[in-house]
Amino acid sequence: MNRIQQAFQKKGKDLLNIYFTAGYPTLDATVPLIKAISAAGADLIEIGMPFSDPLADGPVIQQSSTVALANGMNMRVLFSQLKNIRQEVAETPILLMGYLNPVMQFGVENFCREAANAGVDGVILPDLPLDDYVAEYQETFRKYNLRPVFLITPQTAPERIRRIDELTDSFLYLVSGPGTTGGQNTQAEGVQEAYFQRIEAMNLRNPRLIGFGIGDKASFQKACQHAEGAIIGSALIRALEGVEDAPAAATRFISSVLK
Amino acid sequence: MSTTYQQPTERGYYGQFGGAFIPEMLYPNVEELRQNYLDIMAEPAFQEEYQQLLRDYVGRPTPLFEAKRLSEKYNTRVFLKREDLCHTGAHKVNNTVGQILLAKRLGKTRIIAETGAGQHGVATATVCALMGMQCIVYMGEIDMERQKPNVYRMRLLGAEVRAAMSGSRTLKDATNEAIRDWISNPVDTHYIIGSVVGPHPYPDLVARLQAVISEEMRKQLLEKTGSELPNYVVACVGGGSNAAGAFYHFLEEPSVNLVAVEAAGHGVNSGHSAATSVLGKPGIIHGSRTLLMQDEDGQITEPYSLSAGLDYPGIGPLHAYLADSGRARFISIEDEAALRAVAELSRLEGIIPALETAHALAALGQLGAGPDDVVVVNLSGRGDKDLETYLKYADTIL
Ligand SMILES: Cc1ncc(COP(=O)(O)O)c(C=O)c1O
Repeated sequence: MNRIQQAFQKKGKDLLNIYFTAGYPTLDATVPLIKAISAAGADLIEIGMPFSDPLADGPVIQQSSTVALANGMNMRVLFSQLKNIRQEVAETPILLMGYLNPVMQFGVENFCREAANAGVDGVILPDLPLDDYVAEYQETFRKYNLRPVFLITPQTAPERIRRIDELTDSFLYLVSGPGTTGGQNTQAEGVQEAYFQRIEAMNLRNPRLIGFGIGDKASFQKACQHAEGAIIGSALIRALEGVEDAPAAATRFISSVLK
Repeated sequence: MSTTYQQPTERGYYGQFGGAFIPEMLYPNVEELRQNYLDIMAEPAFQEEYQQLLRDYVGRPTPLFEAKRLSEKYNTRVFLKREDLCHTGAHKVNNTVGQILLAKRLGKTRIIAETGAGQHGVATATVCALMGMQCIVYMGEIDMERQKPNVYRMRLLGAEVRAAMSGSRTLKDATNEAIRDWISNPVDTHYIIGSVVGPHPYPDLVARLQAVISEEMRKQLLEKTGSELPNYVVACVGGGSNAAGAFYHFLEEPSVNLVAVEAAGHGVNSGHSAATSVLGKPGIIHGSRTLLMQDEDGQITEPYSLSAGLDYPGIGPLHAYLADSGRARFISIEDEAALRAVAELSRLEGIIPALETAHALAALGQLGAGPDDVVVVNLSGRGDKDLETYLKYADTIL
């Protein structure tokens, strides 16, 4: 069993996955933030690898990516920061999230090897299509024990959801509704519930986390009624904006969600 | 299935370039389009409506004009394919007329588009007005400033123009915003991409809709020169739609030299350029694997060209393949040379070209064409939208 599966098995429900952008708000914030986020009670950590043109992200994560890149963040810097992370944070699953082009330029094999050496458990690349993953990436991911995480949206067809479910042993990322990260949920109440219930009724192998538009205690708890947990990103990044002590701000934010 | 230049593989590859690298949120839309575009375009009712609009609304066929004074100057036989005479002033409308008919048949009610020079935005706003559809156009803040007349035209046509404020605030960023809009509106919206870029099937779809340019050229050349085949076809490349249309029916004719002209900006090695075929490496932009201007970390770099329609950090995957295989020759032209070509065509032939198009004209001296050679330059658009720029650089031009 891998660390992601262990986390889900141990807790079963109400898992909180926290996303932040590596190198934001300062270049060296990455490791202190991981420690603080884990200590504050997050069950999984998703580290954003900043990209110049993040198509699936709203303004908050776009802005944090721009700042992180200006701070000098890149793949080499990130992996050197993560070198000893498993001595600091032993059990919390760590996932890398980003876009395909920087990974391609770094080299897929290099990327997977470095990630595995650092103790990374999973990878989320929203613009890597399923077919391309299977044809060109799966073997390397398996060799280095990395789990891919795929997104599911209200428009994803059932047979495609089954296929996604077969391709990983981690969790399914349920995008809450139409929109990029950080957006507000504009759907009618029943529409979203019906979508979550439809997925729940499929009895899939993998647990589910709901993401996009989750930002506080109320939305977190609501999401937890329909899945094993939820993912918060933009709201945390907003809490880090302009603060002196980013780890302390992250701790405060996570406490406000979990209290 | 093997690739030809005209026909990508089923998954949209031209050689190693193409594909559909899109987030799951876009998958159902793009897949719906992929599964339907060829069938819809083959329907007799679609063809009838499309051909009728091209003739009666766009004004096709556009003339092929033998430019005698320009020919004399370059000591070769130069023909101009007059896409500048299309309704709305550029080739862009060939694509939007086709895509709006496609969108209607897919049951879409809301249209989005990106635009650089504003020509594609105007062409989209135009067909949306014609069909009574809602239209939202994303345009970089910088481009809204440098192509003001087109912003007014779009508004007059009833479109909403939204400023893209991220990155370099030009075409790439407008495309990002349009894609984000599509992610947020997955059911009722069709995205009319303005060039042969984006995820499969867009490059193929747009190339097919622009292919009418070279289809007409062949007939017109036969009439005027006795041969359907010229020696050279020259076109500027931003994303590459007018070039794809001008090359399309010559792609499998090895005797025809295809010349693609990119914007060198201040110079290819100046750090302010948009010459993607020289400066780019394989990478992914807007859902397509293609040649891409990027740094060593895979971050997309900001392109520069004085012309708003050419400063894109990628090129369509077909063009990446044409560059890689050597089937087309790529030339890059600096801002100043393009400006001088504006004056030259204006004075010699009484035609004021768009700044994008002027890059193709500026390459005439570099072709190596002889007196008996037939050269067709695709005159992709007219210069009305650029008058403010031409006034600003009057010292260079005049
Ligand atoms: C007149 C004209 N020519 C060329 C272009 C470049 O686009 P493409 O390379 O897709 O033809 C534009 C784009 O705005 C244009 O307006």
